[in-house]
Amino acid sequence: MTRGSVENFESPAKGLKIIGKPIPRHDAWEKALGLTAYAADFSLPGMLHGKVLRSQYPSAKILSIDTSKADRLSGVRAVITAKDVPRNESVTRFGQTHTVGGGFEGLYRVLADKKVHYLGEAVALVAAETEEIAKKTLELIQVEYEPLPGVFDPIEAMKPDAPPVQEGRPNIITHYEVVKGDVEQGFADAEVIVENTYRVPFVDHAYLEPESGVGWIDESGVITIRVSTQVIEHFRGVADVLNLPHNRVRVMGTYVGGGFGGKEDITVEAFLALLTFKTGRPVKLTYTREESILSHSKRHPYVMSYKTGAKKDGRLTALKAQLVSDAGAYVYLSPWVLLYSMVDAAGPYRIPHVKVDGYTVLTNNTFTSANRGFGAPQVCFAYESQMDELAAQTGLAPHHVRMINYLEKGEALATGQVLDHHVGLKEATEKVLDALREGSPAAGKMKTGKGIASGMTSYGRMVFLHDTSRSHVSIEMDGSVTIRAGVQDIGGGQASSLCQITAEVLGVPLEDIKIYIADTALTPLAGTTTATRQLYMSGNATLIAAREVRKVLIKKAGEILGIDPVKLDLADREVIDKEGTGKGLSLKEVVRACASDGLPLYHVALFKAPFRNVAQFERIEGQVFPDFTFGTHGAQVAIDEETGQIHVLKLISSFDVGRAINRLSVEGQIEGGAIYAMGYALTEEVVLDKGVTRTPSFSEYLLPTSMDVPELTTLLIESGDGVGPFGAKGVGEPSVCSVAPAIANAVYDAIGVRIYDLPLTPEKIVKALKKVKDR
Amino acid sequence: MKKQITLTVNGVKRELFVSPNELLLNVLRDQLGLTGAKYGCGIGECGSCTVLLDGEPSLACLTLAIAVDGSEVTTIEGLQSRDGKLHPLQDSFLEHGAVQCGFCTPGMILTGKVLLDENPRPTEEEIRAYIRGNLCRCTGYTQIVQAIQDASVKGKA
Repeated sequence: MTRGSVENFESPAKGLKIIGKPIPRHDAWEKALGLTAYAADFSLPGMLHGKVLRSQYPSAKILSIDTSKADRLSGVRAVITAKDVPRNESVTRFGQTHTVGGGFEGLYRVLADKKVHYLGEAVALVAAETEEIAKKTLELIQVEYEPLPGVFDPIEAMKPDAPPVQEGRPNIITHYEVVKGDVEQGFADAEVIVENTYRVPFVDHAYLEPESGVGWIDESGVITIRVSTQVIEHFRGVADVLNLPHNRVRVMGTYVGGGFGGKEDITVEAFLALLTFKTGRPVKLTYTREESILSHSKRHPYVMSYKTGAKKDGRLTALKAQLVSDAGAYVYLSPWVLLYSMVDAAGPYRIPHVKVDGYTVLTNNTFTSANRGFGAPQVCFAYESQMDELAAQTGLAPHHVRMINYLEKGEALATGQVLDHHVGLKEATEKVLDALREGSPAAGKMKTGKGIASGMTSYGRMVFLHDTSRSHVSIEMDGSVTIRAGVQDIGGGQASSLCQITAEVLGVPLEDIKIYIADTALTPLAGTTTATRQLYMSGNATLIAAREVRKVLIKKAGEILGIDPVKLDLADREVIDKEGTGKGLSLKEVVRACASDGLPLYHVALFKAPFRNVAQFERIEGQVFPDFTFGTHGAQVAIDEETGQIHVLKLISSFDVGRAINRLSVEGQIEGGAIYAMGYALTEEVVLDKGVTRTPSFSEYLLPTSMDVPELTTLLIESGDGVGPFGAKGVGEPSVCSVAPAIANAVYDAIGVRIYDLPLTPEKIVKALKKVKDR
Repeated sequence: MKKQITLTVNGVKRELFVSPNELLLNVLRDQLGLTGAKYGCGIGECGSCTVLLDGEPSLACLTLAIAVDGSEVTTIEGLQSRDGKLHPLQDSFLEHGAVQCGFCTPGMILTGKVLLDENPRPTEEEIRAYIRGNLCRCTGYTQIVQAIQDASVKGKA
């Protein structure tokens, strides 16, 4: 097993002391000691236990709900149904403060009313003195259903006679298109054309920490929710549910036991607020694993028809695609995810003629929403499988077909967005090819093959969301430093990287920094921990704030020392003269001098992403994202042709990360992302049978274990040309993008059989091999 | 009807009253405030609830407290030495970046500790096989395996 060794790194930017180092994260100590208080690890005296009654049908009318027996059970303190919710219906928001319109804000319904639209939809809430009583209460709530016909296939749901999933609206939520040139002309120009349909499944996030939180009313009457979330700014939506002013609801985010997009939507927050509001008591609510799999969002399944044309020398001439995503029963983030897919649909390639149509469609399946990669991995599986098909048709090497078509800095995507920053694909692919050539693990009698795939994933939110982040940095009288930022830390080192940035700027060791995160009442709001945006957005905000504090310190030190401040630096808790005259001051002394002069020893900074308004969304044009992260994956597989079992022997990831702020964290994200996506490629699928989940536990929903993980190699490129602090790009989501097609391409290389549907199960391999034999 | 049991938890004898159907995981978390062991699945499929029972890794979510009356229980909270020093394996997890979200970490470290107690120089394969019941969704396991291996190589554990 190898990991990105030091030789693989270009040296970090000169003069940096803490940035770029592989150092333990500030939050790792508490976690290794078992001290971190995750959402379910927190309790209050007098706390009640909440539970949710969920629909047993994917589509049914609610004829009646009788709670009288439940109400009478001893120890029950609240039973809540839709009629008790002050404002049961509003719109879904995801922390954005700018109203976008264009169908992006879908219906948000707290509890099912009159109808259930998917299996697992919340119908009633209870709070009781013990968890056992709460469970018993659920059994006593009598709901009379009349099952209705449902629609479970997005293609079926698009038909005019399909049953409507939600009253009074069509099943097609959104249609987008991307148009560049004249795609029919592009196919007329082509000498080789490949045309295929690809399917990808529902996927669960499978964070090990199920959804959880505790709600209470503080002494001043504020509804307070301590919760595992990626978006503390759901506090506004929670206040709206209760018809309370926004400043009467406070959300405190805990360190999150894995998010991956699944805790981007509201989970337990509104339920807790309702139960605590009704009872006046603290309430804890933690989902069971089964409940989590049944009821929370899934990665969107897509049906993707792709037609790609090229010259015999491999140059692409045209790409035409139709994407249909299954939104499940509620809109949530479906239009946004589809929009990401649209921008990425043609891949990071120079193609003169492009036409992409995309639809996202309501069905009576579990609702779908954000999942690591957010629409990018789905289309990458399709466009990168197509690239290998083209290579096979033209007889060219797969890497060659890619190399000659990669976009470069200054060129534009099919949408017209110009790539203003480094596109590191050629370097990444070269590194992956070199690593794939190195000694191969033995595979016995099995057939082995190698494959590569490249991808692009945006980081930072869509520019029409007008995204902002804030961070507060202050220095205490003893020279220790405090950061306050409303950042949710979901395990990617979000908080720790802010500590590293601040330590670098203020010349103090990491242990001198204390960070307070994720509290809507006390930390400046920093936006969501989604869209691979925190390092970019809050990293930049923190960098600005720390630099402002630094300016005050250096200026004062200059006055005291009688030295021009430009000649001074902060290092090792001291102000030092860069010219080495030996003159200096301790940081503490400077802080004291500033304090007695009444100078600001704090700064709250606001960082704004580029803003751009979009007049209409039907046709996607121009800049949509601040920037992209590019990378290539390589895979080597061995296949047992009898059983169809695929063994991944090697997985290589190479990315231009811009700048590695913490090398351990960057490698951890990339390795973890590779395995997260290996599950997508090989084993993971939430099986829904007419809306009924058949994989409600980890014995049916199969995650990669330590035994499944191959040799991993991570090869970083540091172009320094990202839009994050110190030139960093985001890696959290990009790390998953092109793993599945790399594995699928390796499978093809091994046995000459291409599988067009994920996951690549042994059954599919055996079936495909048999088909080839019978031919 | 609650019954009295005695557990030695992290070296301290505790007298507890438990219902016959009460799980060890809930007793540790709710009665003793030891929340290092986590609920991840409740049916023994993820390993987040791992504690040591008389030195053996055990799934606290499947263990009735009453059935282990008289046992010694070690949780992650009991792993550091009395002077507050981290266990070498905890140190190694930090050094290798083996901690991301941290939810699997207590179970993973306890499982790794028993492996090294039984087999001070495990191969990579042996490590992978031993921790296979402990799921991790963040790291891809590589840094965890390296952390355990490095602790063994250095003879720290």
